Amino acid sequence: MSDPVLSVRDLVVEIPTRRGVLRPVDGVSYDIAAGEILGVVGESGAGKSMTGNAVIGLLDRPARITSGEILLTGQPIHRLQGEALRRLRGRRMGMIFQDPLTSLNPLLTVGDQLTETILEHLDVSPAEARERAVAALDEVGIPAARQRIGSYPHEFSGGMRQRVVIALALCAEPELVIADEPTTALDVSVQAQIVALLKRLCRERGVAVMLVTHDMGVIAEAADRVAVMYAGRLAELGPVRDVVTAARHPYTAGLMASTPDASRGQRRLRQIPGAMPRLDALPVGCAFHPRCDRAEPRCRQTPGPTLSACDGRAACWFPLGQPKEVLA
Amino acid sequence: MSALIRLEHLTRDFDVSKPWLNRVIERLPKATLRAVADVSLEVEENSVYALVGESGSGKSTIGRIIAGLVPASDGVVEIDGVDIVSGDAARIAEVRRELQMIFQDPYASLNPRWKVRDIIAEPVAVRGGDVSGLAERLLEQVGLSAADAGKFPHEFSGGQRQRICIARALASNPKIIICDEPTSALDVSVQSQVLNLMSDLREEMGLTYLFISHDLTVVQHMADRIGVLYLGALVEEAPRDRLFAAPKHPYTQMLFDAAPRMDAFGREVDPPKGEIPDAINPPPGCPYHPRCPLATERCRSEVPQPRMIGETRVRCHHAE
Amino acid sequence: MSDHQAEIETRRTPGRLARAWDSDLAYSFRHAPVAMVSAAVVLILVLSALLAPWIAPYDPFDPGSLNLMNGFTPPGQPNAFTQETFVLGTDDQGRDVFSTILFGMRISLFVGFSAVLLAMVIGVVLGLLAGYLGGWVESVIMRVADIQLTFPAILVAMLIFGIAKGITPPAYRDQMAIWVLILAIGLSDWVQFARVVRGATLVEKSRDYVQAARLVGRRPFSIMIRHILPNVLNPVLVIATISLALAIIAEATLSFLGVGAPPTKPSLGTLIRIGQGFMFSGEWWILLFPALTLLALALSINLLGDWLRDALNPRLR
Repeated sequence: MSDPVLSVRDLVVEIPTRRGVLRPVDGVSYDIAAGEILGVVGESGAGKSMTGNAVIGLLDRPARITSGEILLTGQPIHRLQGEALRRLRGRRMGMIFQDPLTSLNPLLTVGDQLTETILEHLDVSPAEARERAVAALDEVGIPAARQRIGSYPHEFSGGMRQRVVIALALCAEPELVIADEPTTALDVSVQAQIVALLKRLCRERGVAVMLVTHDMGVIAEAADRVAVMYAGRLAELGPVRDVVTAARHPYTAGLMASTPDASRGQRRLRQIPGAMPRLDALPVGCAFHPRCDRAEPRCRQTPGPTLSACDGRAACWFPLGQPKEVLA
Repeated sequence: MSALIRLEHLTRDFDVSKPWLNRVIERLPKATLRAVADVSLEVEENSVYALVGESGSGKSTIGRIIAGLVPASDGVVEIDGVDIVSGDAARIAEVRRELQMIFQDPYASLNPRWKVRDIIAEPVAVRGGDVSGLAERLLEQVGLSAADAGKFPHEFSGGQRQRICIARALASNPKIIICDEPTSALDVSVQSQVLNLMSDLREEMGLTYLFISHDLTVVQHMADRIGVLYLGALVEEAPRDRLFAAPKHPYTQMLFDAAPRMDAFGREVDPPKGEIPDAINPPPGCPYHPRCPLATERCRSEVPQPRMIGETRVRCHHAE
Repeated sequence: MSDHQAEIETRRTPGRLARAWDSDLAYSFRHAPVAMVSAAVVLILVLSALLAPWIAPYDPFDPGSLNLMNGFTPPGQPNAFTQETFVLGTDDQGRDVFSTILFGMRISLFVGFSAVLLAMVIGVVLGLLAGYLGGWVESVIMRVADIQLTFPAILVAMLIFGIAKGITPPAYRDQMAIWVLILAIGLSDWVQFARVVRGATLVEKSRDYVQAARLVGRRPFSIMIRHILPNVLNPVLVIATISLALAIIAEATLSFLGVGAPPTKPSLGTLIRIGQGFMFSGEWWILLFPALTLLALALSINLLGDWLRDALNPRLR
């Protein structure tokens, strides 16, 4: 088997604040293979966006990577800075944000933005770059791409704008795309279009995609594997069907059960008591234990295990679907 | 059972023209946006009526018109038998007390400079009622503690803030609560807590909810009756189970198909075509015809009128 | 909910003072040396102005205590005739420069504070009305503001000063000068308060807590005062601080031009005007010390305002 496109090893991101050091990402490890979509889910503040930003080198100060490594096709990129990082971004890694308006320059036509990006990263003539820009727009499903190439971002609708952003992220033919809540700002019908587009491009181009979202439905439809984050750590990582239908981490199980689903026909929804702790007030032991109905003294005293310390699936001392004695 | 809220041919236009001077210089006509177009519906007492639709469908505007925050341009709005558009002012004021609202963004709907006690008691305090112990009692009713009354909103999480909003809505003992996307800003695990709380309170206090949402799974869980809005028009209306079992309008069918599902691993569907058109220049005839697989010449010219198919009221020339 | 209660019990509510000391604003202050030095300078200057009658060695406004023989005494040297020594020297009439600065600063600060207060009240009220009511109220208020902005503030102030002086009976002119000065500077400075408050009001008005208040039948004026006003005060505070420095300079400018505080009741600006006449005849101290005081005062208030703006702006943090 060849190297995964992206390999994150024990990544730790820290933010020093006046009240102590916060760890929005704490010991996260995962791989993404070519042509694979890894879904990253979690509630707000779980560290999912921060992980994506760390990979692409867009951490806002004072947040910084303090340990662990990020490998892009086997080559470490977490220490890159300035020009080297900028060249990597766009060329080998593309980024799709939640709000398409903030990632497009309102003063340039979409054609100019695409051509500029292509010229910067690929060794082609300006005319060739222009052709590629048209092809990129066409590929993401913008009708009459050759005519629309002279339009400004505000002349597109929200869904079309997100397509332009995807074209921009993919035009230099990167190996990895990080999509941070790419459909959250869109309507249901447009969301379905964008999800379908991402899936198609990932399959056709063999791009590795990290899809960050809070929407389990989107993950279930689009992702091959899913990583569930809780309070900066990976709670569970596995093939999407297994995680959704047979969760091992009590948090994942609670998350699935609390999503309304009429087929279950229940009058009350299952709920996880309480809320995710704030990073400056993490409980001792496993971060989930105050909300967990399976918590044992061990969970309250020793920090939760990392994925690798367990079965590689759920970071839990007493995962679901396994007899308690085995691990206790 | 009687209708607690009754809308008849409700219409609301917003003036979206450029400023007067720009219009004169650029020779532009006045522009209006029809946010709500000829909507008629009835909400039964002690039921949950859900309005679903995508952005620009006019669902929030309808809620705000009923709440009296936005005036209607045309049509009838009756709450508990009182016409709030042209009725007697004293009776309108009376009926307003029976109506409260929960908003989408729990961070913007609480005044950051007020203590929780004053926020919750405001609906009663404004009308000069007795507020001693009120906030403490309501806080416990919504699952917070009485000691929270002395804190400020920033000390609470999103879910807790939404509980505070619910407590405020309950303070004046309303009959109707308009819930405008009450959980769409919340995380899933917190959403279920808030939805459960709302269901419990409805049973305990005999409340009627007008539930506005874009999330079909939430609507399916909460609603008794559902109205589907597209570009300001009520395109389909039916009891919950009817609507989900047999959607009649092509738009409703498209919405159901497009919604992400937890059990659809790697689903390959033909994504829906097109996007919601510009509401300032809506298409003539049926507003959905440019995206509709069933559209014919008639749909392009003639606005469909509501008609009943079984228990479903639908605005489509071709639904059957 | 037992966790929740436990949390409340363990976290004892600290006192008001401790909370203020621990607040983000205080933290940012403790880590901004420029702000701390500026605050110290402002504090010393304001305190010495307030306490002028007790700490000034002479009363420069008491003609009986003046001795013309003391005129033009250089700083720190005994006078040739009376052998009296003055720390910062004396002016042409033998007034102790140190004392005149202390008393002058009192007038400068009084005019500055009062003018900013006036501008703030007018600006906040009009800004709230324009932002919340909209429509023609907004159009009228903001167009007046726009027109006033096209003239330099100092010109507006001079115009108001001139008119006011014209309608005051000559016998009261000196007495009224200070009040006219406050009115002139205050009226020339309300526009920026109104603009900022209007903008902030528009933002707050669209928030749902205002809708919730409308829903329960709160009246518009009550919403403006109880809901919106507390939430637009941060930018007002920043502008008020920076305006204070500007108002003190405006007062000095007017007085320097001779249309402000009268020489019998000199402000810092009047002192500079008096001193200016002796700059080239060798008595530099009559000009230099009031000018330095004005500089220190205006600069440190301004720096304090800059820090406050950054500290209160959540996006920069």
